[in-house]
Amino acid sequence: MVIDSIGMKSLGDRFAAEEVKGRSLWADARRRFFRNKAAVAGLITLITITLLALFGDALTTWTNEELDFNVMGQIAQLGGPSLENGHYFGTDDLGRDLFSRTLQGTRISLMVGILGAAVAVIVGTLYGAVSGYIGGRTDQIMMRIVDILLAIPFMFVIILLLVMFGRSIVMLFIGIGLLSWLNMARIVRGQTLSLKHREYVEAAQATGVSTFTIILRHIVPNLLGIVAVYATLLVPEMILTESFISFLGLGVQEPLTSLGALISEGAKTIYYGTLWQLCFPLLFFVLTLFAFFFVGDGLRDALDPKDR
Amino acid sequence: MALLEVRDLGVSFATPDGTVNAVNGVNFTLEKGETLGIVGESGSGKSQLSFAIMGLLAKNGTATGSVKFSGKEILNAPPHVINPIRANQIAMVFQDPMTSLNPYMRVADQMAEVLTHHKGMGKAEAVAESIRMLDAVKIPDAKGRVGLYPHEFSGGMRQRVMIAMSLLCRPELLIADEPTTALDVTVQAQIMALLSELQRDFGMATILITHDLGVVAGFCEDVLVLYGGQVMEQSPVDPLFTTPAHPYSRGLLRAIPRVDQEGEELDSIPGSPPNMTQAQTGCPFAPRCDFAREDCLDHLAPLAQFAPDRWRACNRTLEELA
Amino acid sequence: MLSYVIKRLAVAVPTLLLLIIISFLLMHAAPGGPFTQERALPPQVLANLEAKYGLDQPLWRQLFSYVWGIIAHFDFGPSFIYKDRTVNEIIAQGFPVTLTYGFISFLVAVAVGVSLGIAAAIRHNTFLDYLAVGVSIGAQVLPNFVMAPILLLTFTYWLRWLPGGGWEGGQWEYMVMPVIALSTSFMASIARITRASMLEVLTSNHIRTARAKGLPERKVILRHALKPALLPVLSYLGPAFVTMITGSVVVDFYFSTGGIGRSFVDSALNRDYAVMLGVTILVGALTILFNLVVDILYAWIDPKIRY
Repeated sequence: MVIDSIGMKSLGDRFAAEEVKGRSLWADARRRFFRNKAAVAGLITLITITLLALFGDALTTWTNEELDFNVMGQIAQLGGPSLENGHYFGTDDLGRDLFSRTLQGTRISLMVGILGAAVAVIVGTLYGAVSGYIGGRTDQIMMRIVDILLAIPFMFVIILLLVMFGRSIVMLFIGIGLLSWLNMARIVRGQTLSLKHREYVEAAQATGVSTFTIILRHIVPNLLGIVAVYATLLVPEMILTESFISFLGLGVQEPLTSLGALISEGAKTIYYGTLWQLCFPLLFFVLTLFAFFFVGDGLRDALDPKDR
Repeated sequence: MALLEVRDLGVSFATPDGTVNAVNGVNFTLEKGETLGIVGESGSGKSQLSFAIMGLLAKNGTATGSVKFSGKEILNAPPHVINPIRANQIAMVFQDPMTSLNPYMRVADQMAEVLTHHKGMGKAEAVAESIRMLDAVKIPDAKGRVGLYPHEFSGGMRQRVMIAMSLLCRPELLIADEPTTALDVTVQAQIMALLSELQRDFGMATILITHDLGVVAGFCEDVLVLYGGQVMEQSPVDPLFTTPAHPYSRGLLRAIPRVDQEGEELDSIPGSPPNMTQAQTGCPFAPRCDFAREDCLDHLAPLAQFAPDRWRACNRTLEELA
Repeated sequence: MLSYVIKRLAVAVPTLLLLIIISFLLMHAAPGGPFTQERALPPQVLANLEAKYGLDQPLWRQLFSYVWGIIAHFDFGPSFIYKDRTVNEIIAQGFPVTLTYGFISFLVAVAVGVSLGIAAAIRHNTFLDYLAVGVSIGAQVLPNFVMAPILLLTFTYWLRWLPGGGWEGGQWEYMVMPVIALSTSFMASIARITRASMLEVLTSNHIRTARAKGLPERKVILRHALKPALLPVLSYLGPAFVTMITGSVVVDFYFSTGGIGRSFVDSALNRDYAVMLGVTILVGALTILFNLVVDILYAWIDPKIRY
């Protein structure tokens, strides 16, 4: 688990306690964020990796589908990283260029991570905000449902779903997204509970603004800080989950690939002496996770400065 | 030898946004059984002053100067020096009784551990003594309630527990840091009455930290008026009330609501306390002071005696304030 | 306390029932039955097979007899693939193994993680703190499926210290690598939570009171700070336990330990729904039970939660 609950709670308390003073809070946060070396390094890494994933294919002559017949059958001897034959990261056991495979995997992992996090954040925020805002019996029932769902071993259910309904990337998004909205909903509900008795919300109620509009206009903007931090930290969690599923062979299917799938391939061929097959995808994997982690953590520290 | 001698005490904090000087150059002396009030708005550094004396500053805080207790230096003292003094000789009552008691321990255990630790009492004896002390602070049915958890007490009762806990070792000095701020007005009066009764009965010296000059009037012999971490005026309580010698003290006095002067408008001091993260030059009160002149912004006269037992720090002479 | 336990149980039982029903319905909604194979079976054979497994009966009846079988006889029915084995047999074979290494990993993760977290918090902003934070951040992004091959490569193929796989009734040398692989990332998470929580608690007012009592720092931490600092760790243990059991899928794959994870993946690949369902329900039950224990522990530590 990448997201630490204490930090999130402290951040939530801060947003609930203080009137969010619009621009100055975010301006202060930005200044603090850019003074945090780890966070800035994370951001630069993230931008670099994203640019590489999007446009890196231009750097190589090999596509991710081509088989290099020159190295085929002798991967361990000839398939290593080399500048001469253009395989910067070597090739995989079929003779495909690992550099472009890694880029492709990064692209898909990033996409799964970001879309998965987006699903979780949208569903969780709306659910939590509605539950907390309406309160009473509705709130109790909605939160009881969350409690029940939290007790379900979701990884098994996702696997169940993927096996039964076929392995598709859409199913993967849905499954992973649905796995993670629960905690988001809980956090958002707690925030909403403390926000809804603020004067401006009560003023809006008194003037007859509709519930939905109040949630969207007054509650959600004040949740922005905590949601932003949570979302950033959720992405690496999503990528981890996806790679676990890909590792089982239930994730994205060939010819598509993801970092998790590449790592598991690399791990399986490690004893043939093709260490690069594990190392390069793993490097991208670890760098991406670290980058998200540091950016998310830096964002939280920037919004809730404390000696940690 | 004085019980407590504070010389040139300063407190500063290292924060991500720079160094904050919370307290600057505070001096005072307290004899046995004396009562001192430290008055100031929130953010004036009055709580940090008391934490510094007890060695309870947050980790990023630094204290400078000297604090001598019965002639022994206790400022920044190592644990083996300060720990036997804490609770045993100098005890403290904190501002917020809701959070200052340990929510995970029964009151009996929290109180008894003070006695088992400092006086070497057995558990049963310590609990019995704790019950006696809870009786002394007028908690009804102390015996039956000593086994409860703090959240099972009301706010006022919790503060009584806190006071009882601080008195267990019969300390020579009690520091009460805004003991009534978090309480209802009616409960405030009860707690202050209790404190002054106990102060008389136990004969301990007391430092009362508050933002409320009214509370000081009924309780303290001497007053120290703090603003922006600096002492503005230091005086016995009566002359301070009759002839305040600093524009800030005057402002504070005018802000006390009085029932005997009907129809009079309550004056507040315009503006807000200084932002302590910015470097200070001159008088911290200058931006809000009616008497401020240009020189007040770049320097402040040091604290100077102007009458027996009375000191003030102000660039304007008394005549100019008249 | 008893009424609290009963109240919690009253929530746990319907949750479990719901889990069973949802899983069962999912299984039925799945396109293609368990006997859909590449080579289509003759209709008569298929009908016979379905009659044998009770698949020709109405859905509610199947559901009822399935649930009843679990409740009354703890019976998950026959496997759809292995004609001669019941789900119970398959589970009984793998479950003790998973529980053994799972439980040991759990203990290791909690013990090491909590100690590391507390040490880091007490020595805040020292070398030890930075080391602990660095290690736990690093370990968090090394999931078990990355740890496992690295361990194998190091200890089996290079150093030749440990056997590369097997279980052998749970001898320690077969357990070392599964436990490390499974516990590392949890240890890291627990260390981070403990550290953050301890730091938070150490700045709280009641700790200042404890210090003002003149207690030595050791007593302040053990008597006053530890309990509240461990509460967030406790609430993390529930979800952590589930993820850990899920990790047995990886451990069984790499170390051939033959736990429940193996059966689950095999059944997933074979479309043996009965086994998948059985494992899912069992793990779900275990999760619910574990959450119950955590809740009770929580209530025991925190006096503000009163049943």
